[in-house]
Amino acid sequence: MTNPIEDIEKANVILITGSNTTENHPVLSSFVKRAVTRKGAKLIVVDPRRIPIVNFASCWLRQNLGTDVAWINGMMHVIIKEGLYDEAYVESRTVGLEDLKKAVERYTPEYVEKVSGIPKEDLVAAARLYASAKAASILYAMGITQHICGTDNVKSLANLAMLCGNVGIEGGGVNPLRGQNNVQGACDMGSLPDVFTGYQRVADPALREKMAKAWGVKSLPEKPGITVMEMMDSAHEGKLKGLYIIGENPLLSDPDLKHARASLDKLDFLVVQDIFLTETARVADVVLPSTSFAEKDGTFTNTERKVQRIRKAVDPPGEAREDWKILCDLSARMGYPMNYGNVEAVMAEIREVTPSYCGINYERLEREGIHWPCPGTEHPGTPCLHVDQFSCGLGVFHAIEWVPPAEVPDQHYPLYLTTGRVLYQYHTGTMTMKSDGLNELAPECFVEISPADARKYGLGDGEKIKVSSRRGEIEAKARISDKAVDGTVFVPFHYAEGAANELTNTALDPVALIPELKVCAVRIEKV
Amino acid sequence: MKREEEAMESKNILVIDGNEYAFDPGETILEVARRNGIDIPTLCWMKRASPTGACRVCVVEVEGARNLVASCAAPAAPNMVVRTQTPAVMRARRLNIELLLASGQHNCLVQDLDMDSWTDSQLRSMETKEHHDLCPAYGDCRLQELAIKYQVRGCRFAPLDVRHEIETVNPFIVRDLSRCILCGRCVQACNEIQVNNAISFGYRGTRAKIVAKGDRALKDSDCVFCGECVQACPVGALVLTQDMDGNGRVKGETKLVRTTCSYCGVGCQMYLHVRKGRIVRVTGVEGVGPNHGSLCVKGRFGYHFVHDPERLKTPLIRENGTFREATWEEALTVVAEKLNRIKKADGPDAIAVLASARITNEENYVAQKFTRAVIGTNNVDHCARL
Ligand code: SF4
Ligand code: SF4
Ligand code: SF4
Ligand code: FES
Repeated sequence: MTNPIEDIEKANVILITGSNTTENHPVLSSFVKRAVTRKGAKLIVVDPRRIPIVNFASCWLRQNLGTDVAWINGMMHVIIKEGLYDEAYVESRTVGLEDLKKAVERYTPEYVEKVSGIPKEDLVAAARLYASAKAASILYAMGITQHICGTDNVKSLANLAMLCGNVGIEGGGVNPLRGQNNVQGACDMGSLPDVFTGYQRVADPALREKMAKAWGVKSLPEKPGITVMEMMDSAHEGKLKGLYIIGENPLLSDPDLKHARASLDKLDFLVVQDIFLTETARVADVVLPSTSFAEKDGTFTNTERKVQRIRKAVDPPGEAREDWKILCDLSARMGYPMNYGNVEAVMAEIREVTPSYCGINYERLEREGIHWPCPGTEHPGTPCLHVDQFSCGLGVFHAIEWVPPAEVPDQHYPLYLTTGRVLYQYHTGTMTMKSDGLNELAPECFVEISPADARKYGLGDGEKIKVSSRRGEIEAKARISDKAVDGTVFVPFHYAEGAANELTNTALDPVALIPELKVCAVRIEKV
Repeated sequence: MKREEEAMESKNILVIDGNEYAFDPGETILEVARRNGIDIPTLCWMKRASPTGACRVCVVEVEGARNLVASCAAPAAPNMVVRTQTPAVMRARRLNIELLLASGQHNCLVQDLDMDSWTDSQLRSMETKEHHDLCPAYGDCRLQELAIKYQVRGCRFAPLDVRHEIETVNPFIVRDLSRCILCGRCVQACNEIQVNNAISFGYRGTRAKIVAKGDRALKDSDCVFCGECVQACPVGALVLTQDMDGNGRVKGETKLVRTTCSYCGVGCQMYLHVRKGRIVRVTGVEGVGPNHGSLCVKGRFGYHFVHDPERLKTPLIRENGTFREATWEEALTVVAEKLNRIKKADGPDAIAVLASARITNEENYVAQKFTRAVIGTNNVDHCARL
């Protein structure tokens, strides 16, 4: 997030898109709801599903799946045409307005209505509302990024925010809500194929040299590595031979599970390090038992870039060991001893090689976390990014064109499928499904379908149906709900039984290489 | 002392117990007092919600006012003269506490015994196994605490005969509204803090009761089981199912460990309550961000996986298609050999590491360092994109 969570309550207008906030980030959603009910903020929700936060919205736009760039361009079209943008801000802090103007020229409310299904009056009203705010905050999640055009979607939102002078101010910002607890931290720490910690590029010889020196090795590989989706493909082609998976369960979370299974099958050697024998661990050659968050010390970095402590509360079961210790032991066996006395020593090294974490140590984190960038131990941290200027100088507007999703309904697969989570379960369910109460509240997979579509297919609530796509099929009970929009069904991806990702598409965003989990074409039938 | 200077100029000064204090416009008497270390007891007041003035335990004397004033709801005013410890104040607080105790089934020992023997008996009962005869909030009840502090003993008022059936059909939460003192904290927590709008005051007069929509069980209402109301309830009216096992939630036996929630990216700050090596309860940490005490259903109740019998306890090695248990020595040797062999035969780029958004920063750091410095490839990623 560019802004801290607390800032949400300081916004006059909040725009939420691609985020089922109350179910996926419940405590954060209460900031939104308080802003609306107690601070008089106005909420715009752009989401095809009637998600619970819609109850608090003064403006709800229901776009067709995969048409985000179109409506965002449409809003900017209106804002520019009516002269509602923040001229002073755009003048002093950004470049590329002319390109943007040209690009959004043809996204008239009429055209956008045709593409996105959003009534033109509603689009105009939302645009005016957003532009009228002194401070407007944009919140988004996987519903924006898990598309072939995910990167474009994000850039478009940034365009919109900059156009109205909402980046770098209190209560504003473009704020991605991270789905998993330490996504931010995993990225910050360089668990990415092209960067070391703090987004330092591996392609930069000076940075490589610096890291090699710090780590006491002669040289470090120069070529950026492959991403998780490429790993699967590369394994499938027989190029990747060995895979070491730590705490992830791709055999439930990856799109097109048939392909994922076949890929892992082809590996010569698969190690899985986890706390449970997950679907993925079951096909491993070696399984290493690791510890849960309650059994170790360390830090997580949350979605607002706040580095916070976790602390050991109980002993691990049996011989389970901490992930870092396992890796250090293994490393020693492979001829490179890593001798850290404890995790604090690891943090000390992180601090040395990572400018943005430079001022962070456990002593400072004792009572409360710190937002990076934190360039020194005297520095208070940076809750709000880009205050005086963008980290790269001027903010750049990107001219972006809308492209349709990779797969659209046709006569064989006439419905859209979108996937997501429910409040009472988490990700692939390995953790939440161990609590009886949570299972009682969300026991099994379902296919959410609109009342009109249910009538069309002659379905009753709770009736078992088969959903199939070009890649696979699942069976689950129909849940007739006015949350769903006509023509689109929703399936949560937590459940191994009725795994939504048997159906989803691996088509990738060309830049971020994120698969299009949020849209594919399916058909349904009674069983 | 910027506040003091500004206050002097604008005359935003009041007197509490003989001393002058500056205040910001809009601050209540209670807030000014607390900020300056003056103790005023409260029961219904909640930090992040608007005051309701329901319990009147926080009353103080204000010069010129005809009645005692609820300090949690009364704004500070220039030249106000406040007294927090007068006999009238003490009497009123004691009376209010007594009335609250008498308003429901507060059958904890506090009603019948004097101070010393109460303490003795508390100690004695903690040694016995008969905890289940006590209120499950025993030892962790704000009303009980206040009753002791203000030496409210016997029961001058016969307890009202309010009997609501105890509601045990919900997951996680038991509602025993016979112990409810109608302080309204749960309603504030649900409606003003979490804004789930699931519960409200229902009925009137002696039938008054906190109800979920249509006076139904929580599980059939809009409740999303965030548990904020349970954390807010000062007595034993809202308790966790897990605390109904007779062990109560007596303080002292449990160790509190502060940590960060391991589910979504909000990163709520929480206490794990650990008893005999097991997590028995989770509460939100008040007073710090990002959550200021709030949690959601997953953070508060989704901890059972930690002690699940299916947790992996030893390394496993696949042999002839099935797993066998192995020692660390064996398992690590196999992994090291295999990885070395692939590295030699097909080059480091034939190996990849999938680190994780679930493990710590330190562990991710070690994982990518292992991949780059030991294996010699940049093939490291995690599942953030999924
Ligand atoms: S658990 Fe949460 S939603 Fe349910 S009544 Fe309590 S505060 Fe409201
Ligand atoms: S249930 Fe608890 S918090 Fe709610 S009104 Fe009754 S005593 Fe107060
Ligand atoms: S308590 Fe809920 S909202 Fe908070 S971090 Fe955990 S899962 Fe997220
Ligand atoms: S705390 Fe002030 S009236 Fe209850």
